[in-house]
Amino acid sequence: MQLGTIDYAIMLIYVGFVIGIGWTLRRYMKTSSDFLTSGRSIPAWVTGLAFISANLGALELVGMAASGAKYGIATSHFYWVGAIPAMVFLAVFMMPFYYGSKARSVPEYLKLRFDERVRCLNSITFAVMTVFASGISMNALAKLLHQLLGWNYDVSLWICSAVVLVYVLKGGLTSAIYTEVLQFFMIVLGFAPVVYLGLKDVGGWDALKGQLAGVAQNPAAAGMIDKAGKTFPPDSWTSAWKPLLAGPASNPMGVDVFAMVFGLGFVLSFGYWCTNFLVVQRAMAAKNMTAARRTPLIAAVPKMIFPVLVILPGMIAASLALTAKDGYRLPPKPLDTAIYEKLIPAVKQASSQALQADAVLQMVNDAIGKDDAKTYKLNQGKIAALVVDNRTTPLPEETLKSRLQDAVSEVDYDGAILSLVRKYCPTGLLGLALTGLLASFMSGMAGNVTAFNTVWTYDLYQAYIAKNKSDDHYMWMGRAVTVVGIGLSIVCAYLVSRWSNAMDIIQLVFGFVNAPLFATFLLGMFWSRTTSHGAFYGLLGGTLSSALFHSLTSAVGNTPGIKGGYLAVVQTFPSDMAQNFWLATCAFLVCFTLTLVISLATRRTKTNEELKGLVYSMTPRLKDDEQLWILRPAVLGVILLAGCVVLNIIFW
Amino acid sequence: MGLDIRWPIGLMFSIIGAMLVVYGAVTGSDAELYKRSLGINVNLAWGLLLLAFGLLMLVSAKIAAGAKKTGSSKDLS
Repeated sequence: MQLGTIDYAIMLIYVGFVIGIGWTLRRYMKTSSDFLTSGRSIPAWVTGLAFISANLGALELVGMAASGAKYGIATSHFYWVGAIPAMVFLAVFMMPFYYGSKARSVPEYLKLRFDERVRCLNSITFAVMTVFASGISMNALAKLLHQLLGWNYDVSLWICSAVVLVYVLKGGLTSAIYTEVLQFFMIVLGFAPVVYLGLKDVGGWDALKGQLAGVAQNPAAAGMIDKAGKTFPPDSWTSAWKPLLAGPASNPMGVDVFAMVFGLGFVLSFGYWCTNFLVVQRAMAAKNMTAARRTPLIAAVPKMIFPVLVILPGMIAASLALTAKDGYRLPPKPLDTAIYEKLIPAVKQASSQALQADAVLQMVNDAIGKDDAKTYKLNQGKIAALVVDNRTTPLPEETLKSRLQDAVSEVDYDGAILSLVRKYCPTGLLGLALTGLLASFMSGMAGNVTAFNTVWTYDLYQAYIAKNKSDDHYMWMGRAVTVVGIGLSIVCAYLVSRWSNAMDIIQLVFGFVNAPLFATFLLGMFWSRTTSHGAFYGLLGGTLSSALFHSLTSAVGNTPGIKGGYLAVVQTFPSDMAQNFWLATCAFLVCFTLTLVISLATRRTKTNEELKGLVYSMTPRLKDDEQLWILRPAVLGVILLAGCVVLNIIFW
Repeated sequence: MGLDIRWPIGLMFSIIGAMLVVYGAVTGSDAELYKRSLGINVNLAWGLLLLAFGLLMLVSAKIAAGAKKTGSSKDLS
């Protein structure tokens, strides 16, 4: 794909503006609290858009489109069952405690509510997770830029990180939040025309539905080799609930209703949106309680319509792949240089001998080894044809490479959205869409970095390493650790790029840690009897139980002992996703029960007076009376939930 | 905080929008270029939209700044 001058110009203007924002804000950074918590000074519409933008990292954009292609509209459960209700709950019930307690971070709230142990456990796992999360997404971005534009992996990685470093270092959290708003518009306005053109090209929504019915009945015809031989009811890609209600075998996700509603909708989504400091930090930076509570509600509005932007492109890709419009296919898994170096000599060697098609494939597969042969699934016909053509007239290296890439049958769903950008964007619009991609990556990364530096400075450094230092000292530490955080993310990016297993392991561990967390918060905030022993051991037990659950179960298609089922296989789930949702459910229930039982068995450590502002029943109700009734959080929340219900019914 | 984010957002999208409009107008006759976008001159059309969005942001920032100066600031929170 070729970029024109105007494409580069758009990217440069964007980079200039984000750095400019950081630069302008630097003179307001006087204390550590200005730098790390924005001094609680930002209006609600800004924190609201930043709240959603911090979550809309590159992995979300790419991953949701991938799921749209793989599973169709059922992916919207992540939004209309998962995110929105959780965001409303955060605004109406939890924000008063986060904001009202004057805690500067989520771990600090845990310290106020329970004790140091719970805070320590939470802040360490959180700090490690943010660094890895930003490393994983940096690796993904640099890889994409390399595959798509041929940019050098290291250069893209370092330049993008440097831009984020500059504006976060200059303007702290305020700068991250302000640029996130700009990035929000950049992402939306960059990708919207691609979706429009795609939808127009397939012939509108009704035509799309018709074609996706074809995909459902024969996914293999759309090139979905992972679903070869399977067939689903015609509405599987275009109806959110019917295939789900028909059971795991009838929907491409392989998930049952309970796991979807309780595991994803309740445990995982509430766990993420209500306790993850990355997003909660945005609301905590709001200028007053009203603004803080409005933050997630404002964020919920764009979140509700995001499926159009992120899931629809995937569905369009699946439909285009079925009709093979203008030769479109779902992007094949990209081959890298090391594989080409093995493949090309093998093709040349095969060309010198007169072999049958299957013998040729065998030879080529032997050259790359059994594992890679399984990863890429080369197409026998295409390889054989390539060898025949190369025998007649030796082909140039570039042609060999592109035809080898074309012979890969394994689908790279993550490439779906960019394959559309490539298909529909002329120079000019292309620059805009790619800038949107850069913006989504940077907003996600800045979100992680600002959450990391606050947790490190306040919850680890100030709490355990250097107490009672001057504010200037913590300010210095906040800046220093911003540099360290980005440095560590770069290290993680390289780690993940070298060992692809590393990513699976990290994400697995995230799951173990995140799954039980919401139980601790739920009991802590709404039951004054919860003790710190209960919270600590409950959380620990919940995490261990999720590890145990994973060691005892497996999913169809995974080899026990390699992915799950390390100890034994007691239960096999129809898909990874189902296993994941059930794991979360199990961890939540274990943490909930343990916390409950241990709390009842141990003595209370905090008096009612100490729990004021931290626990629901001990806190005076907030008076929303002076606000116009329609603007009260509870009313707005109900309106948003009603909107979700309507959407779920429309796409039933 | 001392910066109204609407200024940079408005300015950036106005500039990018104007660039796309000019580019779209200049390349309008290039049928080969717009074959990808189904024959629509998306640079011109989307550029106009971005420009309008940018200007709207600038105007709203200007109004807010004016209101603040006269002291009748109604806070948007």
